[in-house]
Amino acid sequence: MSQPAREQWGTRAGFLLAAIGSAIGLGNIWRFPAVAYDNGGGAFFLPYVFALLTAGIPLLALEYAIGHRFRGSAPLAFRRLHARAEWLGWWQIAISLVIASYYAVIVAWAGSYTVFAATEAWADDPEDFFFGSYLQQTAEAGALGGLVPAVVVPLVAVWAVVLIVLLRGVRRGIELANRIMIPTLVITFLVLVVRAVSLPGAAGGLDAFFRPDFAGLFDPAVWVAAYGQIFFSLSIAFAIMITYASYLPRRTDLTGSGMIAGFANASFELLAGIGVFAALGFMAATQGIAVDEVVADGIGLAFVVFPEILSTFPALQGLFGVLFFGSLLLAGLSSLISIVQTVVAAVGDKLGWPQRRAVLVTGLPLAAASLLYATRGGVAYLDVVDYFINGFGIAAAGLVEVVLIAWVLRTLDRLRRHADGVSDMRLGWWWTIALGVVTPVMLGYQLLENLRTAVLAGYGDYPVAFQAGAGWVVAAAVLVAGLALARQGWRADVLQLEDFTVEADRRFLKDAS
Amino acid sequence: MSGEAIATMAAGMLLIWGGLAASVAHALRASRRRRDDRSG
Repeated sequence: MSQPAREQWGTRAGFLLAAIGSAIGLGNIWRFPAVAYDNGGGAFFLPYVFALLTAGIPLLALEYAIGHRFRGSAPLAFRRLHARAEWLGWWQIAISLVIASYYAVIVAWAGSYTVFAATEAWADDPEDFFFGSYLQQTAEAGALGGLVPAVVVPLVAVWAVVLIVLLRGVRRGIELANRIMIPTLVITFLVLVVRAVSLPGAAGGLDAFFRPDFAGLFDPAVWVAAYGQIFFSLSIAFAIMITYASYLPRRTDLTGSGMIAGFANASFELLAGIGVFAALGFMAATQGIAVDEVVADGIGLAFVVFPEILSTFPALQGLFGVLFFGSLLLAGLSSLISIVQTVVAAVGDKLGWPQRRAVLVTGLPLAAASLLYATRGGVAYLDVVDYFINGFGIAAAGLVEVVLIAWVLRTLDRLRRHADGVSDMRLGWWWTIALGVVTPVMLGYQLLENLRTAVLAGYGDYPVAFQAGAGWVVAAAVLVAGLALARQGWRADVLQLEDFTVEADRRFLKDAS
Repeated sequence: MSGEAIATMAAGMLLIWGGLAASVAHALRASRRRRDDRSG
């Protein structure tokens, strides 16, 4: 049985929009503004841009080089890189699988709220509406309490959209969807930001967001927060960028694409910060309180604070509500598509299945698994799984990736030669130092901090047994799954690289000598 | 807004949005150069 030809992006712009769509997610809108505010306000931009240049873009270039050079999903690409590296790819795939299962539910909430916003269904009490009327949350953590139809219906719709896009393949599905979704998202969000900055009190919010606290620059925690924000917002270390880069044609500017994707993601975060804090400034002015009393992040910001703000808009509350939650929906959908595709591609590569078969066999059980989070107790599971899979799954997988490549396998130079050979912009010594020293140190420090906090203080008010079961066990299970899946063999023809990369390597090695 | 907040906002926009604009401009220039090399 011969290996089917690997599908390719139609254009570089199509790849870039898909990569940017993957990076721009819910965290850009609900995490970055609060992280920047808590870590020096305007002064945060200095460590943030420094982290983008010394970790974000180098990591993007690394994952693009791995995917492009070894032409496969993460397990296949790592297997081709080195026989003992495959488990890292499967570990990242297992992380993506877990993230996709709950991320789909948040996207479904955004879908519901896009409809609710038209009539301001949350009325006078957005918090009670969200946790009580909509999610019907149980009081006891760990109790499932049955499915919530109001969440299940949009969840089915979200999975239908994702699977239809993926069934259409890379070019006619993922690329086309992102060509529509990302420009729409940017335009919609721009309209919202323009409206937000013209609201009374917006200047107060922007002042709180941008007023620099330069003392923060001497606080190591601020620098760690900047690296953490860059790391978690770029879809790095959970196999997405490796998979997407594997669909690039032979001649492609990997480094330039990394620069564009990294700066585009940061640009959207800055735009989100302006929009969110202008709206918070309006809310604070309306209530006659200080901005710091209304600052929020995460689910609370999106589904509790923003409905409250939207209800007090001077006019067109319904329209701006639909635009805001529609933005969340688009940002979430484009990221979810990329996360599920990494799993689909890995299964397809391993079993030699075409995209359609891999989508159905992988996507349907994954959609069924996500029903766990559509129960009355689902939000507690979602919260704990998200905390542990990010804090220990992604952070640890990212650290292992750079240490393995830079120090154990010592393949950084080989990957740099590949990237330089196809790119217009050459990676210099700074890239090697960024990935070999700066990124491992910052990620290692962050992982230890996460570990210290989780062990000493736990997470939230959840019972220890629940944190152990839904948090620690899940974080450990993805690693065990990675190790176990790597023990399954490959067909010999799958492991052979297509000619073009070998040719390209020969040419680059000749150039270098 | 205070003067320092405005200055920081302008600097942040310049760094980040300027970085994006420069990256896109560089990619377009390189692509045009490649096209010219092929045709020339």
